[in-house]
Amino acid sequence: MAEYVTPSTNFSEVPPRISEWRRFYRVFFSRKIVMFGLIVLLLLLFTAIFATWLAPYNPYKPDMANPLLQPSMKHLLGTDLLGRDTLSRLIYGSRTALMVGFISVGVASIVGIILGAIAGYFGGITSAVIMRAIDTLMPFPVIVLALVVAAVLGGGLHNIIIALSVATIPPYTRVTNGLTLSIKENDYILAQRSMGSSNMRIMARHILPNAFPPLIVLMTMMLGSLILAEAGLSFLGIGIEPPGAAWGAMVSDGYKYLQKNPILSFAPGLAIMLVVFAFNMVGDGLRDALDPKLRGLI
Amino acid sequence: MTAYIIRRLLQGLLVLVLVTVFMFFIMRLLPGDPLLIYMAQQSQQLVDMPPERAQQLRHEFGLDRPLMVQYVNWISGVVHGDFGTSVFYREKVSSLMRQRFPVTAYLGVLALAVAIIGGLASGMLAAIRRGKWLDNIVTPLTYVGVTIPVFWLGILMIYVFGLKLNWLPIAGFTSPFENLGLSLKQIIMPVICEAIFGIAANARQMRSSMLEVIRQDYIRTAWSKGLKERVVIFRHALKNSLIPVVTLLGMGISMIFGGSVLVETVFAIPGIGRMLVSSIFNHDYVVVQSITLVIAIVVLLVNLLVDISYGWLDPRIHYG
Repeated sequence: MAEYVTPSTNFSEVPPRISEWRRFYRVFFSRKIVMFGLIVLLLLLFTAIFATWLAPYNPYKPDMANPLLQPSMKHLLGTDLLGRDTLSRLIYGSRTALMVGFISVGVASIVGIILGAIAGYFGGITSAVIMRAIDTLMPFPVIVLALVVAAVLGGGLHNIIIALSVATIPPYTRVTNGLTLSIKENDYILAQRSMGSSNMRIMARHILPNAFPPLIVLMTMMLGSLILAEAGLSFLGIGIEPPGAAWGAMVSDGYKYLQKNPILSFAPGLAIMLVVFAFNMVGDGLRDALDPKLRGLI
Repeated sequence: MTAYIIRRLLQGLLVLVLVTVFMFFIMRLLPGDPLLIYMAQQSQQLVDMPPERAQQLRHEFGLDRPLMVQYVNWISGVVHGDFGTSVFYREKVSSLMRQRFPVTAYLGVLALAVAIIGGLASGMLAAIRRGKWLDNIVTPLTYVGVTIPVFWLGILMIYVFGLKLNWLPIAGFTSPFENLGLSLKQIIMPVICEAIFGIAANARQMRSSMLEVIRQDYIRTAWSKGLKERVVIFRHALKNSLIPVVTLLGMGISMIFGGSVLVETVFAIPGIGRMLVSSIFNHDYVVVQSITLVIAIVVLLVNLLVDISYGWLDPRIHYG
């Protein structure tokens, strides 16, 4: 009877208040697949930085005596038409992928976020001009836009980065615009304005920090799609100049010898897939850890 | 509603005009002269065309007029259904498009259908069998589907089904009216390649929105009324879980055009995707302008349809 009336004193089910960072760590590091993605990315970073030491051969130097070798102990993934070691080229290709990915995300996000914040904050004619310009780029697949821009600029690593940056500005602008529109309705923005803060200050100190979590998730996700787009471009023949190693171009070169030496094409494709997968998983993990409400939005 | 559609159409028209301006002028920034590139490819050597002849050709294609005049001429032609003449193919762009656009559209519509049906079905099954073996197979596969490079998937399939098993032809396209059997065999791999991202993305979205919906009270009510699973899922849960998935559709159409650029190159399919790539390399201005305009029109129309369909899926949505 007593146990029937006594209210439960077991409070262990009530979650203790934990700091945001603690919660972030707990959620982010709890999923195995996210950890897998993180480890892949760290390995990739390591490979890119220490490519010079890791690569068993010079990835650029042709060795005409040994073209299209099958995988062996000497050449773990065989050699290409010019006798260059596939594994070494794969290792150097990680530099291209990471450089294109990170720099393009950096450039596109800075431009896109600034445009979006300005459009959302000022509204009116400013917003109309910016958003219509973005709408103009919006209907095109990234690869088509990047192809057109890259054709105008010509090949080479710099131009690919510029082309991909231009092509991926729209998502940042749209997301930031939407976030700014809702954040600026908050009372704390009104308070800032009544205190006489400048527009610049309000945007930089109060709006952007609050828009940060979804944007960082978007940036991580875009890294994956940028690496895919770069691979697509170099597959089509617009990419870094010939001796340089890019995974997409390696797939396309190997395609010609698919019958004789399929690994030439298979290995770089697998590398692309693994890296894009890793970026997507880390993006997923970041999203769940930063703000579970973003699920489905990004 | 009508007012909303009219306003959206007008907005779309403005975007289309901006698209033509953007593409027109960016193409003129291309270094090199389309005529020279054409001649170099024709004669396999550097240009040996007398300057008068080059000047005459340039005049024929209107390339010697001021840019603004060229733009206005082109756009007034487009309004009348004349997209101009390709310098490289020496043919009307409209007739080039008539040959190639149906091929891309045929593959694209099939891919879209496969992406929608396959994606929704597998996402739904994964959601209602959450944690069971089916879910444990489908969910990891969706992660693979959104990360695999389509051109690489194409090469992989060509290797396995074309070269090793000899089941499918490795490239080419035949009209279904000419030879239905061969045509079907040829499009299996390209359609899968174009659809793979959509299948996976739709399945992921469908799974999570279905899981969201079947937790709702009205679904519990439906169960407690003793309704069969089929009725609960299809009559009560399906429509509400479709809303987030439909949003993906607008994006999906653009993804399919992007995919067709790569897939048509891998499988040597004579569609507008491959023509776009080669025209960019050939500096064939009018073809690039026309193809990008067509892509923009299709994508904008589909997005308008998507936005209108929200009202049907969720009657609470009003268009203001």
